[in-house]
Amino acid sequence: MYEGAVQELIDELGRLPGVGPKSAQRIAFHILEADPEDMKRLSDAIRAVKERVKFCSICFNVSEQETCAICRDPRRDETVLCVVEESKDVMAVERTRSFRGRYHVLGGSINPIAGIGPDQLHIRELLNRLSDDRIEEIIIATDPNLEGEATATYLARMLKTIGIKVTRLASGLPVGGDLEYADEVTLGRAFEGRRSLIG
Amino acid sequence: MYISHLSLTDFRSYAQADFELGPGTTVFVGSNGVGKTNIAEAIGYLASLSSHRVSTDAPLIRFGAERALVRARVARGGQATAVELEITAGKANRARINRANPVRARDILGIVRTVLFAPEDLALVKGDPANRRRFLDDLMVALRPHHAATRGDYERVLKQRNALLKSARSGRYTAAHESTLEVWDQHLAQAGARLLRGRLDVLELLSAHLGTEYAGLTDGSKAATARYRCTVVEELDDDGGTAALPATALPPSAIPSASQDRDRQDPAGGTREAGAVRAPGLEGAGIGDLERMFLEALAAHRKKETERGITLVGPHRDELDLFLGPAPAKGYASHGETWSLALALRLASYRVLGEDDPREGAGPILILDDVFAELDADRRSRLAAVVAGAEQVIVTAAVAADVPSELGGRVLRVTPGHVSP
Repeated sequence: MYEGAVQELIDELGRLPGVGPKSAQRIAFHILEADPEDMKRLSDAIRAVKERVKFCSICFNVSEQETCAICRDPRRDETVLCVVEESKDVMAVERTRSFRGRYHVLGGSINPIAGIGPDQLHIRELLNRLSDDRIEEIIIATDPNLEGEATATYLARMLKTIGIKVTRLASGLPVGGDLEYADEVTLGRAFEGRRSLIG
Repeated sequence: MYISHLSLTDFRSYAQADFELGPGTTVFVGSNGVGKTNIAEAIGYLASLSSHRVSTDAPLIRFGAERALVRARVARGGQATAVELEITAGKANRARINRANPVRARDILGIVRTVLFAPEDLALVKGDPANRRRFLDDLMVALRPHHAATRGDYERVLKQRNALLKSARSGRYTAAHESTLEVWDQHLAQAGARLLRGRLDVLELLSAHLGTEYAGLTDGSKAATARYRCTVVEELDDDGGTAALPATALPPSAIPSASQDRDRQDPAGGTREAGAVRAPGLEGAGIGDLERMFLEALAAHRKKETERGITLVGPHRDELDLFLGPAPAKGYASHGETWSLALALRLASYRVLGEDDPREGAGPILILDDVFAELDADRRSRLAAVVAGAEQVIVTAAVAADVPSELGGRVLRVTPGHVSP
């Protein structure tokens, strides 16, 4: 145990995701020895993020204003909506530069073990958005794991009654990879989702 | 296949031990507690990446050592493969094949195939249903490694669904619970149908052998049969008894695939009991049928499940009933009969694995860990006659006289930490 402030910093850092006690200690001593100006910028950045950044009132992506840059952009296609779990996923899809529609961030996935049900996610807000009849297609881009698939199933059941086109991202082989290195589950999915090359 | 060389470093009681083995029978003899079973366990571990004695890896590592190393040279139809497995407690095990770069441990699955007989097998007959479910699932994975995912998927969905049911208990059942539960029902039925189909396929393969193997070990006065009781079509009470048998309509279209195999490859003996294993209510059901039946069963149990906060139907609560003649083996079978039935189950899985890959030198290695001491002279020689056909048989025994002479083979003496001819 270190004295007062140092131990407090180690404890706080240790609560961050992906930071264990050893790493927390290392970061704490780095901060202790670093240039005060640099560390002031770090603490300012943390404060700014907590004070200024909020969630877009339309899509729940992170934003510094009432609505996010994507929702404000008039060039975005308003007929397609991509539903993702987290803001991180918006950035991932944005990096493809091939999707020009808008997003809806659920804020997680249905996970009873963690106590997260549909009411804890932004699903009601998604249904409200669908009263805008310009939306023609919903692309469900939740994670391809159990909880993500369950969330996709839940959404598909809700949206079936509305009569809107609902699609799910494909699962399968990574591009540029080797078939022999694919695991059995992925390869199995790729077989299920195979498509015809002719016609 | 056979293991031609086995080397253990810091594995259980062995700091370092090297054995030259060969095809045929090798008998490890030594008094209690000298480390005979450790050798059987090491070979079994290479095949299944799990021990038949403990559920965690820590006890496998010699006390005080950091990691254990199991190395083996495997001969398979003239082709030799060197496998090396490093077991580290609490960390992912690493493996190397033919001294190449390290790979994931699971990549070596399939290089060594074993069927291990051990005193623990008594639990297959006498123990709770989980033992028999694990037996079926282990064989299913050994036959088709991709079923490891089938098993894992089902367990994960089940955990989530149980968490949801638990949160809905004691009158807190809301509309949100209802709608999410339907989602989990669907996923559970999908994963469960695949697991059930996998188990039923294994049962079809086993059914061809169980009766014959039991008859071969005994005088044949009682027929060994098994019945898979599925909670999806049968109501099982908490003791595993049948409360009611609802009539479930089944499509006549589906044809069990393995029954065709059975017709095609009837062995010369012809004494085999076709259909020694039955699965009432599930005959010929395809994955789609099973999924539908599963959903119906979940709907029928909705009220009870939300009251108890736990999933009551599904392969995780199914039972494989074993019978000797008309009586259930559990409770009615004598100690000797229990042993013979457990051996017959293992021998049947040996036959199934052999049929799956009938190529020269592909048959699994048989490991008989301390089993002869438990059998009378007649059953010993019958078992010896059955296993003599295997390419390699590894036997451990406390007393050399317990091992039937017709098995022959080489005898190695085991003293604490050492093995000598």
